[in-house]
Amino acid sequence: MESKGGGFREDGKGTEFTRRDVLKAGAAVAALGAGLGAGLGGMGSAAAQQQDMHFEPEKGAELRILRWKKFVQGDEDGWFANTQKFTEKTGVKVRIDAESWEDIRPKAAVAANVGSGPDIIFGWFDDPHQYPDKLVDLTDLATYLGNKYGGWYEAPKRYGMRDGKWIGLPVGAAGNCIVYRKSWLNEAGFETMPRDTDGFLKACTAMAKKGHPAGFALGNAVGDGNTWTHSILWAFGGRMVDDQNNVVINSPETVRALEYVAELYKSFVPGTLSWLDPNNNKAFLAGEIGVTANGISVYYSAKTSQDPAMQAMAKDIEHANMPVGPVGRPTELHLFTQAMVFKHSKYPNAAKEYLRFMMEKDQYEPWQQAAIGYITHPLAAYESNPIWTVDPKHTPYRDTVKNMLWNGYSGKLGPASAAAMADYVVVNMFAEAASGQQTPKEAAARAERRAARYYKV
Amino acid sequence: MFVDTKSQRRASARAAPARRFRLGESRGAMGLLFMLPAAAVLLLFLAYPLGLGVWLGMTDTRVGRAGQYIGFENYEMLWTDSVFWTSVFNTLLYTVAASIAKFALGLWLALLLNRHLPFKAFLRAIVLLPWIVPTALSAIAFWWIYDSQFSIISWSLTRLGLIEHNINFLGDPTWARASVIIANVWRGIPFVAITLLAGLQTIPPSLYEAATIDGATPWQRFRYVTFPMLTPIIAVVMTFSVLFTFTDFQLIYVLTRGGPLNATHLMATLSFQRAIPGGNLGEGAAIAVTMIPFLLSAILFSYFGLQRRRWQHGGND
Repeated sequence: MESKGGGFREDGKGTEFTRRDVLKAGAAVAALGAGLGAGLGGMGSAAAQQQDMHFEPEKGAELRILRWKKFVQGDEDGWFANTQKFTEKTGVKVRIDAESWEDIRPKAAVAANVGSGPDIIFGWFDDPHQYPDKLVDLTDLATYLGNKYGGWYEAPKRYGMRDGKWIGLPVGAAGNCIVYRKSWLNEAGFETMPRDTDGFLKACTAMAKKGHPAGFALGNAVGDGNTWTHSILWAFGGRMVDDQNNVVINSPETVRALEYVAELYKSFVPGTLSWLDPNNNKAFLAGEIGVTANGISVYYSAKTSQDPAMQAMAKDIEHANMPVGPVGRPTELHLFTQAMVFKHSKYPNAAKEYLRFMMEKDQYEPWQQAAIGYITHPLAAYESNPIWTVDPKHTPYRDTVKNMLWNGYSGKLGPASAAAMADYVVVNMFAEAASGQQTPKEAAARAERRAARYYKV
Repeated sequence: MFVDTKSQRRASARAAPARRFRLGESRGAMGLLFMLPAAAVLLLFLAYPLGLGVWLGMTDTRVGRAGQYIGFENYEMLWTDSVFWTSVFNTLLYTVAASIAKFALGLWLALLLNRHLPFKAFLRAIVLLPWIVPTALSAIAFWWIYDSQFSIISWSLTRLGLIEHNINFLGDPTWARASVIIANVWRGIPFVAITLLAGLQTIPPSLYEAATIDGATPWQRFRYVTFPMLTPIIAVVMTFSVLFTFTDFQLIYVLTRGGPLNATHLMATLSFQRAIPGGNLGEGAAIAVTMIPFLLSAILFSYFGLQRRRWQHGGND
């Protein structure tokens, strides 16, 4: 973990004094600070930096939290340590349950449905937009954090806000980058991984010819399947729906994206149609593939391995951001998590205070460091976290959320976008076209029919 | 000595308690009373969820939002949904193929185990293993066995020089269907085998002796003694086996999540995918409800068909 500078510590002390002041002065000051922050825009930002926000936890408050099970050990350790700090400071007991990230969605849905369960749930993608009425308005908190930490990136705003209100608090993304073996790329005649889709295709083809195929999940892989296929779809200008939620997936742009992936598929290792989330990690670490898209976990497990062969591989692993297509700007999709405070919680203020505490620099940056960059921030100020530069191989992950679009781009988030992703409409479309089971045009038409069912209302 | 306690009691009792006594003595009323707890459990835990499922299937309920009644709209949508029809086809194929294989192999195994073998008890215990191991665990084992890069089968065959490329077990629709069926058969055989073995042991040896004296061949002994005597238990075992197979979920969910290209999506897995991660509880329930006719017909077939006495005795209707 990176050492904390003196500035950090001073900041921490300052926070404490302010907190005490606020306690004395009552909640009115905090509300005023928030109001200033929210109302005055740029000027509010300066004011907010002076005036830290604070929510007074309810008497005897206890929190139950449901979050995802660690992707990397450091993530959980860092988060738990921060939580411990919170309990020591406020006396609010916090119980954290961890579930596999894919199981959070059904659990959160049930909690929303029955009106009881954890106070805070860290959900994924469009979860808050499935039951916005059941969630506590977090506008004051999100506005405060945005003002204090350089503003929210664009996609997190989309994920967190509905009708001008914040219903979820963006926490971060488990960003995906292109992960490749540098020596094999060099062997294929490329110095670094090309940043555009055409160059990327050429590099993958050349590496495959040298016996180092690529491997991207085309099975019903919730994370790895959805993220890279959406990124490519958008890179060519294809999208599920337009701004008004009209289904427009059956477009020449989509067909071009499908043709591209059909071509790219020729450089894939056999079996990617069956790949679920763990397959690419296994295949990459076993040296079966030379290129894939993944979180930083592949690099992390190679680097922290006791096996010298693995450590040598870690030195050879390089990362690059997802290639940019004809649209000329990054179009990435990443696993994005946000905190939801449920209206059934008896302690909404304690919950908000907990989230505020965890998102403040003193906690957030050490947490990112503990997770060695597995979590990418939604707030611009955390770009300067030393974790992104301490090892140049971390750097591409820094920009994943900045480069991100949202699920169901460029339409509205909601039940339809969630259902279309859960039904693997885009993944299946790419798999059909790549495997040649359907022509790109047929695959796009089929996806249109499937998507229309969800977007009909 | 005979003492008429009833009339004595009746004589001494007052009018109101007497009525209570009569209620206590009525077999019908007491029977009803004793059945109440069981009926309540059945209603609460079976009939209510089933009714709720059917109702949900006729609403547009989403997670976090109560739905409205929309009649058969969910079913109309499913009617035009190619993925749903793929899942129906997959489920039927999966159930029929796996059940036939489980029955044939299970019966064969039962017949073998019914012989006098050394270490009989030990062997019978071993046969049960696949059934005892939690499905989720054995499914993970199969997931490795079928892995596109690290499959032990592909590895062995490559080493033996029989194949050049790894077999794409779960990546090719046909292979994937066969692979999940084999995994299901592996898991289901013990149930069939052990239950049929229990049935075999209830057949009186005298029947075989009589058949042997009449000059019956081993096949005739099986066809005219073993099989008819075993039919009732076959009916029960296969009913259960078909039900378990038809509603299988865990194996598919671990191995393929319904992929590749939805080639292994069963109705149960599709129902889950649409209802929970997808958030369309109404549609998911509708898919689940469409399983009921198939399941009912399987049950009716076995109860009214296989259990008929005439069939059991080798006759026709």
